[in-house]
Amino acid sequence: MTRPQLLLLVIFVAILFALPLLGNNYVLRLATTALMYAVLTIAWNVVGGFTGYPMFGMAAFFGLGAYSGAVVQSSGYPVALAWLVAIVIGSAFAVVLGFILLRLRGHAFAIATLVIAEVLSELTNGWTSLTGGGMGLNLPFFGWSPTALAIFFFYAMLGLTAVALATTYVVAHNRIGFALKCIRQNEDAANIVGIDTSRYKIIAFTLSGAFAAAAGAIYASWTGYIEPSDVYDVLFSIKPIIMALLGGMGTVFGPVIGAVAFLALDEFVWRNFLQLHTGVLGFLIVALILFLPSGLSSISLNRLWHKTASA
Amino acid sequence: MIFFQYLANGLILGGLYACIAAGFSLVWGVLSIINLLHGSFIVLGFYIAYFSYTLLGIHPFLSVITSCVVLGGIGYFIQLGLINRVVTSSVLVTLILTFGLELMMNNAMLVSFSADYKKVLLAHPLGIAHLGNLFIPLDRAASTVIAFLLILSLWLVLRLTSVGRAIVAVRFDRQAALLMGIDVNRTYAITFALGAALAGAAGSLLSVSFPIAPLSGPLFLSKAFVICVLGGVGSIPGAAIGGLAFGLLESFGAVLFGSQYALTLAFVVLIILLLVRPHGLLGVRGF
Repeated sequence: MTRPQLLLLVIFVAILFALPLLGNNYVLRLATTALMYAVLTIAWNVVGGFTGYPMFGMAAFFGLGAYSGAVVQSSGYPVALAWLVAIVIGSAFAVVLGFILLRLRGHAFAIATLVIAEVLSELTNGWTSLTGGGMGLNLPFFGWSPTALAIFFFYAMLGLTAVALATTYVVAHNRIGFALKCIRQNEDAANIVGIDTSRYKIIAFTLSGAFAAAAGAIYASWTGYIEPSDVYDVLFSIKPIIMALLGGMGTVFGPVIGAVAFLALDEFVWRNFLQLHTGVLGFLIVALILFLPSGLSSISLNRLWHKTASA
Repeated sequence: MIFFQYLANGLILGGLYACIAAGFSLVWGVLSIINLLHGSFIVLGFYIAYFSYTLLGIHPFLSVITSCVVLGGIGYFIQLGLINRVVTSSVLVTLILTFGLELMMNNAMLVSFSADYKKVLLAHPLGIAHLGNLFIPLDRAASTVIAFLLILSLWLVLRLTSVGRAIVAVRFDRQAALLMGIDVNRTYAITFALGAALAGAAGSLLSVSFPIAPLSGPLFLSKAFVICVLGGVGSIPGAAIGGLAFGLLESFGAVLFGSQYALTLAFVVLIILLLVRPHGLLGVRGF
C-alpha cells in the first residue's frame, strides 16, 4: 500500500466510524446497505476476481445465510449464535458445492452457479414447517429504539466488512493469492507446475460463501422479515459483479469503491424513477458494460480535464 | 393406462420446449453468449399473439409469422448495435450485458402490458381428442407440430442456405471464416435474429396453452438452460431431442416428486449433465 492510499483509507474509516454521530437514520440505512454490498462484492471478488471463474451464485449463499440465521434466531437463541451458525452452514455448503461445481469452467460454471439460488429458493418454499415457506419468516423484535438498532446493525456490517477486507488483503499477499492468480492466468499450467488448484479454488469458494452467508444473516436480523423471493433474488448475484467491474476486478479495495459508487447511482434512480427503476438500472448496466468496461479506474481525471479544457 | 397419458403430455409439452430452447441453443453455440433476453423475447412473442387475437381476431398460429418478423428485427439490431461490441469478451461481460437488456425489456413490458397474467381464450378451440383412454388436447398438439416444423426449417436453413453455412462456419472457426470473406458481425446478427425469431414464435405458440405475465421470462429461460444442455449446446436436433426429454422429465417428475419441485429436479439434472455429459445426451458437437 502506498502512502496516499493509506491516508485515504484512514480518512474513509474515520468518516465511517463518525457516521452514527450524525444521528440520521436514513443515512445510516444507506451506509449499512452499502457495506452489505461491499461485503458481497468482496466475497464475489475472491472467486470471480482472483481466480477469474464466472461466479453467478452469490444469492445462494446470501439467502442460505439469511435463512440459517433467521431460523436459529427465531427459535429464541441469541443473535451472535445465529450469525455464527449461518457462517458455519454457509461455509459447509460452499465446500460441498465447490467440490462439485469447480470442475466446470466458463459457460458451464456460470449456468450451474446461476441456478443454485433458484433451487435453494424452491426448497425453502417447500419446507414450510421450518422456513414458513412463501409466507416468509418473522424474526423476534429486539425491543430497542430505531436509532439504537440502526447504529447496532451499521457497526455489525462495518465489522464484517473490515474482516472481509482484511481477509482478502491477507489472501492477496500470500501463497493462496498467488495460486489463485495463477489459476486465473492458466489453470492447466498452474496444475502442471504443482499448484494444488482444486484445493485453492475450494478455499476461495468457501471464503466467498462464508462472507456472503454472514452478510445474509445480518441482513435477516436487520430487516426482521425475510421471504425466499427476497433473499434469493438474482440481483444479489448480479449486483456484486457489476460493482466489482465498476471498482476494478481482482483488486483488494476496488470492490468497496464499486459498491459505494453503484449504490449511490442505484439510490438516485430509486428516488427519481420509481416505476422505471429496474429499467433504468438495466440501462445503467448496459451503459457500464459498453462504455466503461474496465471500471471507474479507466477514467483518467487528468485526461478528462484536458478534454474539457481544450473543448 | 395413466402411464401413456403422462407420456403423451410430456411429448406434447416437449415440442413447445424444443422450440423455446432451439434459438437459445443456436445463440449460445455460435456466439458463445448465454442470452438472458431469450425469456423476454418469448414473452413478447406471447403478447404479439395475444393482442393480435383480442384486437384483430388473428389466430395465434398465424401470429407466429408476425412474431418471427418483429422479434427477428429486434434481435438483429440488438446484436448489431450492442452485443457485437463485446461479443468476444468473457462470459461475465456478455451475460451481464444481456441481463441489463433483460431488465430494460421486462420493465418496458411491465409498464405497457400490466402485471396480471393473460391467456388467449380461443373462440373456437379444437377441443380434446379421445384415443381409447388417452386425452389429447388438440390445440396444444397442433402448436407442438408447428414448433417442430419451425425447428426443422431452422435446421434446413443452417444446412442448405449460404447464410446457414456461414453461421456454421463462424461457429466452428471464427478466424478462418473471417479469412474466407464471411462478414462475421453480420453473421452474428443474423444468428441472433434467428434465435430471437424462434423465441417469438415459441411465445405465440404458448399463448393458446399457458397464461403468461410480463415477468414470466426467467421461467422459460431456466427451462431453456436445461434443454440446451440436455441436447448439447448449439445442436438443433439436440434441442429437439432435449425438449422432448425435458417434457417427459417434467411430466413424470411432477408425478414422482410433486410439481412444486419441478425446477429443482430440472436443475439437479442440469448440474449432473454438465458434470458427466457436457456435450449433451447425443454427444454431438456440431449441427
